[in-house]
Amino acid sequence: MTQKLVIIGNGMAPGRMLEDLFEKAPGLYDITIFNAEPRVNYDRIMLSPVLSGEKAYEDIIIHDEAWYAYHGVTLHKGARVATIDRAARTVTAENGITASYDKLVIATGSSPIIIPVPGSDLPGVVAYRDLDDVARMLDAAKGGGRAVVIGGGLLGLEAAYGLKRQGMDVTVLHLMPTLMERQLDPAAAYLLEKALAARDITILTKADTQAIVGDGKVEGVALKDGRVLPADLVVMAVGIRPAAQLAKAVGLEVHRGIVVDDGMRTSDPAIYALGECAEHRGQCYGLVAPLYESAKVLADRLSGGQGEYQGSVTATKLKVTGVNLFSAGDFADAPDRQEIVLRDAAAGVYKRLVLKDDRIVGAVLYGDVADGPWYFDMLRRGADIGALRETLIYGQSYQGGGTHDPRAAVAALGDDAEICGCNGISKGKIVAAITAKGLTTLADVRAHTKASASCGSCTGLVEQVMALTLGDAYQPNAVEPVCGCTDLGHDEVRRLIRAKGLKTIPAVMQELEWKTSCGCAKCRPALNYYLVCDYPDAYADDYQSRFINERVHANIQKDGTYSVVPRMWGGVTSSTELRAIADVVDKFAIPMVKVTGGQRIDLLGVHKEDLPAVWADLGQAGFVSGQAYAKGLRTVKTCVGSQWCRFGTQDSTGLGIRIEKFMWGSWTPAKVKLAVSGCPRNCAEATCKDIGIICVDSGYEIHFAGAAGLDIKGTEILGTVKTEDEALEHVVALAQMYREGARYLERIYKWAKRIGYDAVRAQIMDDADRRRGYFERFVFSQKFAQVDPWSERVSGKDKHEFKPMAIIAEAAE
Amino acid sequence: MQIVDLEPIAVTIDITWTPIGHLDDIPRRGARCVETPKGRVAVFRTADDAVFALEDRCPHKGGPLAQGIVHGHAVTCPLHNWVISLETGGALGADEGQVKTLLVRNEGGALFLSLDTLTARAE
Ligand code: SRM
Ligand SMILES: Cc1cc2nc3c(=O)[nH]c(=O)nc-3n(C[C@H](O)[C@H](O)[C@H](O)COP(=O)(O)OP(=O)(O)OC[C@H]3O[C@@H](n4cnc5c(N)ncnc54)[C@H](O)[C@@H]3O)c2cc1C
Ligand code: SF4
Ligand code: FES
Repeated sequence: MTQKLVIIGNGMAPGRMLEDLFEKAPGLYDITIFNAEPRVNYDRIMLSPVLSGEKAYEDIIIHDEAWYAYHGVTLHKGARVATIDRAARTVTAENGITASYDKLVIATGSSPIIIPVPGSDLPGVVAYRDLDDVARMLDAAKGGGRAVVIGGGLLGLEAAYGLKRQGMDVTVLHLMPTLMERQLDPAAAYLLEKALAARDITILTKADTQAIVGDGKVEGVALKDGRVLPADLVVMAVGIRPAAQLAKAVGLEVHRGIVVDDGMRTSDPAIYALGECAEHRGQCYGLVAPLYESAKVLADRLSGGQGEYQGSVTATKLKVTGVNLFSAGDFADAPDRQEIVLRDAAAGVYKRLVLKDDRIVGAVLYGDVADGPWYFDMLRRGADIGALRETLIYGQSYQGGGTHDPRAAVAALGDDAEICGCNGISKGKIVAAITAKGLTTLADVRAHTKASASCGSCTGLVEQVMALTLGDAYQPNAVEPVCGCTDLGHDEVRRLIRAKGLKTIPAVMQELEWKTSCGCAKCRPALNYYLVCDYPDAYADDYQSRFINERVHANIQKDGTYSVVPRMWGGVTSSTELRAIADVVDKFAIPMVKVTGGQRIDLLGVHKEDLPAVWADLGQAGFVSGQAYAKGLRTVKTCVGSQWCRFGTQDSTGLGIRIEKFMWGSWTPAKVKLAVSGCPRNCAEATCKDIGIICVDSGYEIHFAGAAGLDIKGTEILGTVKTEDEALEHVVALAQMYREGARYLERIYKWAKRIGYDAVRAQIMDDADRRRGYFERFVFSQKFAQVDPWSERVSGKDKHEFKPMAIIAEAAE
Repeated sequence: MQIVDLEPIAVTIDITWTPIGHLDDIPRRGARCVETPKGRVAVFRTADDAVFALEDRCPHKGGPLAQGIVHGHAVTCPLHNWVISLETGGALGADEGQVKTLLVRNEGGALFLSLDTLTARAE
């Protein structure tokens, strides 16, 4: 009969152990898992990106339901084990489920420490350990408000960063004088503190919590020095304690954690302990890399092997976007130790290596962490660095003679050099997997080797290994990059701008690792648009990133003169307007006046210097810019409709004017043209526009995704609505959906085709809440966009654009 | 790069500098024009505050370079997107062409232009 293996706890350590076990000895056991959390195994390390919005829960699932089904594993979700009967070899959960075992693995992880101050049980005080905690924090962050994080270690800082990203005011209280004192020396802690302060996170060190105050819910945190900090949410992240109570209660040997031998066996030979709950050679671990090493040993033992776990050296990285920090080993000062320090204040770089007997025993890197794996590798091997000593601190690439090519650095690594710290994957293993299995994509390499599949911070290294191994066969990105300055595509850039809350072009370039110092004429206008669209209120338009037409609000012509196209709402004009145009044409000797294809009048051949004066005169007559140059609303063509036409069913002219007055001024990914026809005869040509409306007896038929320029395409029907108000709401919502989703320079017809016409219909026609949401966001952004650029410039804005800097009368001989 | 240009000319001609204004008159990553008897000159200021002067005529079809988007030490012409190096005046990438460069001097923000070079180069 198959042996029965029962596992208590379904965290990262047993998850990995099972993978190893299935690889070594599939089908050896009949497996049952009890998990207190009501879900499958997910990547706990990635909770911080979920909190900050950079990832979703679905992205961090390690084993989905199908995996358990495939391997025949019974998983009891939401079932906390209450007791173990060692004599009968059964475990029983709080909900009554019982299972018997031949072998038992306890993998209950850790419990967060809640400091027992008064008020620590108030609603609004949370720990940071699992997805439920993240859900509680996200819920609290919805209303903005203030968060106080108690604990300035790894978890506390990641929580603080995530909550800040979710829009809360965040203060971190730390008992010690410097942050992350267990991993960082004071100099690196100082740089870290500065970086967090720059992210608007308040840090209070030497802050000792006395009580959490509040009436029925958290309202503040009182410090021993008398200060009270207001708070709507308190996160306790002061440390973890191995969850060993269950083992202790049934008489297993427990110190800090459940004591195990080198074979991961507890004091009961039928019971093993794995993960953070275990204590091996007096040591409890709180990072996944060592747990994965011991998981491998346990898998070996369970399949009859004699593997022994020797303990691990650990290295830490902080997952706060934009903060590069690496720390490994022991870096306390001692008489028999020497240190090498490098500081580059301008670049914000600090590196410190602690040496003992010509061996690295500790490393702290801040700012530039590229050499972290290299130092860590030597530290773990206990390599003699005597020969490198002089140049060691400059890093690995320096040893090769000054190349700073990351690929050369990776090429120089030995086969057993570790690339992925979380999963303990060496370079040799990755290379072997690539060659043996013919892997060509990062996703494949992750799937087969697990390298970079956990925290992801070694992705760059893994890609370098792939590039080295595959040569030209490695195509890192299937998506077309925005331009030569980046490898990211438009969609990825838009997503990351939102996920990381990037609010300026330099921030985007820094965080998304632009390859050029200040972009190019392709990416800068695109980034500028994405930021304008996402942060209409907070973002300051980057004028120097706009194409000349959008900078001077006129269209440049082949001879360097400009054309001026004032708005004629819905194509309707009057004698006063026409007279004003005639006067301007005479006064400035404008060489050509033309009726455009967009139902308005174009004045061509205006000298740049004359533009403000021309606009001033036009403005007197009530004209505003027609934005014939803008990636924005151009024209709304109309026909005469029910007001005059014998076939007209609705006031198409009136509706067109109403839409144009509502939508002018907004910036869009590419130009947007509309038309409203009064009946299906369609004299306004609404069926080849970005958005068109055909009036019918019963209401308004809304069309979208037409084209009549480089491509010709009839529109798709979005749907029919009854009233003019509804028509306006639908049209505006559609425009906003396009603004938020499209790639820069992508017209509506291309965007809609890419995402699917039905996807657009589903959101705009069928989902009233979404439609309303889009509509309201458009209205909000219009508060900042509906400013006539001409009158602004008539009153002096950007004067320098229209005047030469100097006029040199004659050659100064 | 500017220095390299300077040397051979400095030996043959006596440079006359004409004041044209202040660095702050030009937006970063932007340009202003200077009208001269020899034609229009575009004076660029890059993100790192380097200043360059080029004839304001794209070698492709005469586009006004001062109106382009400035990035790095280059400008993209507003008419058909040629990219011109501000350092050499040469077209970058696959395009071929040359714009005349002029000497500018930046003395603590005060800018001076030398027209002699334009003449010298034009000859
Ligand atoms: C003035 C005008 C021609 C005219 O004399 O009637 C015109 C002039 C230009 N069009 Fe147009 N288009 C004009 C109506 C159209 C129309 C007809 C319409 O709007 O009903 C179309 C087809 C409909 C459409 O947009 O799909 C049209 C499709 C284009 C295209 C192709 C766009 C596409 O994605 O397929 C371009 C090129 C582009 O945008 O990249 C273009 C580009 C241009 C540019 C901006 C070329 C340029 O980059 O310099 C021309 C600017 C001239 C200027 O300075 O005024 N123009 N252009 C029309 C101005 C309309 C207005 O009042 O704002
Ligand atoms: C926010 C956060 C960020 C982190 N970042 C990193 C990082 O960057 N790098 C790194 O290496 N490590 C990181 N860690 C630590 C890492 O996640 C843990 O070391 C690892 O998850 C421990 O795995 P485990 O299997 O021992 O325990 P866990 O993953 O905690 O799993 C234990 C499971 O057992 C369940 N359980 C407990 N008691 C019972 C019971 N009686 N019956 C049934 N089920 C029970 C629990 O509900 C839990 O689901 C982070 C941790 C957190 C919380
Ligand atoms: S069709 Fe449009 S882009 Fe082409 S020449 Fe005419 S106005 Fe210019
Ligand atoms: S004129 Fe400059 S690119 Fe054509």
